[in-house]
Amino acid sequence: MSIDLKTIKHISKLSRISVDEKKAEKLASDLNSIFDFIEKLNELKTENVEPLTSVAETTLKLRPDEVKSKNLREQIIKNSPKDNEDYFVVPKVIE
Amino acid sequence: MSDITKQTLSELVANIKEKKLSSSEVTKAFVDRSEKSKELNTYITEDFSNALDKAKKFDDKPNLDLKLPGIPMAVKDLFCTANVRTTAGSKILNNFIPTYESTVTQNIWNEGAILIGKLNCDEFAMGSSNETSFFGNVQNPINKNLVPGGSSGGSSSAVAAQLTPITIGTDTGGSIRQPASFTGTVGLKPTYGSCSRYGIVAFASSLDQAGPMAQNVKDCALLYEVISSYDQKDSTSIDFKRNHYSKELTNDIKGIKIGIPKEYRVDGMPKEIDDLWQKGIEYAKDCGAEIIDISLPHTNYALPTYYIVAPAEASSNLARYDGVKYGFRADGENLIDMYEKTRSEGFGAEVQRRIMIGTYVLSSGYYDAYYLKAQKVRKLIKNDFDEAYKKVDAILTPSTPSSAFKIGEKTNDPVSMYLNDIFTVPVNLAGLPGISIPAGHDSKGYPLGLQIIGKAFDEQNILNIAYAMEEKINFKNKITDWWIK
Repeated sequence: MSIDLKTIKHISKLSRISVDEKKAEKLASDLNSIFDFIEKLNELKTENVEPLTSVAETTLKLRPDEVKSKNLREQIIKNSPKDNEDYFVVPKVIE
Repeated sequence: MSDITKQTLSELVANIKEKKLSSSEVTKAFVDRSEKSKELNTYITEDFSNALDKAKKFDDKPNLDLKLPGIPMAVKDLFCTANVRTTAGSKILNNFIPTYESTVTQNIWNEGAILIGKLNCDEFAMGSSNETSFFGNVQNPINKNLVPGGSSGGSSSAVAAQLTPITIGTDTGGSIRQPASFTGTVGLKPTYGSCSRYGIVAFASSLDQAGPMAQNVKDCALLYEVISSYDQKDSTSIDFKRNHYSKELTNDIKGIKIGIPKEYRVDGMPKEIDDLWQKGIEYAKDCGAEIIDISLPHTNYALPTYYIVAPAEASSNLARYDGVKYGFRADGENLIDMYEKTRSEGFGAEVQRRIMIGTYVLSSGYYDAYYLKAQKVRKLIKNDFDEAYKKVDAILTPSTPSSAFKIGEKTNDPVSMYLNDIFTVPVNLAGLPGISIPAGHDSKGYPLGLQIIGKAFDEQNILNIAYAMEEKINFKNKITDWWIK
């Protein structure tokens, strides 16, 4: 299989990572060598195998739905690159 | 007392408890040595003056009942530390100052230890050589221009160079055990669910585990006992009976059955590694263990599986870095442009590569062919171990397929870099504990490690085996302090 530049552009859009032509070519070549390596899995027949989603053989514990942390506003905003006291500020989305 | 930094953690703890040393003396000794060791580039953020203040406060009111009384400790910069910058080795978190503390580091401070700084690592723990860090390469104290392994490369370098008595790393595919092996130190990757992941910058959530990196097995057992805890803040944390691992440590492993998996004798493995493994088998026999040949038939499929599962989880975990809530932001013409530029400028090449792989294998039309397939093969790999553990109590393998390599040697070939983790990755996929102990040197004089893999939650057993073998191996690290200024 081969990952072409069009696919790279598509994945970069899904990943929200901008990619120029030069970077796209390098990524295509890297990803192709990595996927050649991954293709090895096709040697195995797995129709009747249950997928393993978690190695922690435990059922998720339930807890009472109680508020434990309070007044975290300042802490939450503290690291934002741009804020307006109570809000995160982003480029305008609605005209 | 001179040579404070040459003492093991256990010796330092004893000396502080017996009031032969104060926390201030110990902290100052490690801070001074760290100051003289800038060339190694182990620290991303130093917290030296705060550490000295905390040590003084400890000495004014010492609580000597604690397990790590007044012990200074640097930690991998993947653990969130309240009010101390936490970068994960990335430009995108260059200015991030957590307002909360990870559970694992909190457990350490609760036992009296003092933070001295945050240690370099591969960006978001994605790498095997510490070369993907935004903050530059780390030198291996064994030799100049040699990688310290990765992703916990700052941690392995700092312990080997005795800039910290002990430290913690994280291990997603070998990131504790491989750097331990490259630096002649001991590294334990605990059972998945043993140490809380709360407050650790996430890479691949079904694989990530924190663990100790130490100069010897006894110290490693002591720190593991401190960091392993059930935590409600991590939904995959497991509530099981935890031992007093250091107190129950014994070198009596007579009759323990140790498996040797034939599939780990991989094509092109250097003879030195095979010889080391044979030597390891002899040491284990000398300790009274019974050696049994076993098979882990799907070993060869572990790396391809890992390189689907880990990037898939990473692409999802790293979606949070969008330049809005915290971290670096690049200006953009509109919201989408801002996201795309922030992520393109904020993430390094390896991280972008893995996000792309992950996004691709999870994307519509490819999910079944890649991600679901990988989860199924992951099951087969786990079944291999379950089957093997019907016959044996633990498994002995080499830690890595080679000794430490030169800085720059593998950076242009991602697949050859990935092959470093061939012996460590299966352990993460199956959620098992594994420990790497130094076991010898190659012809260049670089350290080589052996890995002992245990049953889930059987850390005591692999620590005991490691402890017994460590005594027989009697490894001495060859470090000359070449970097000291």
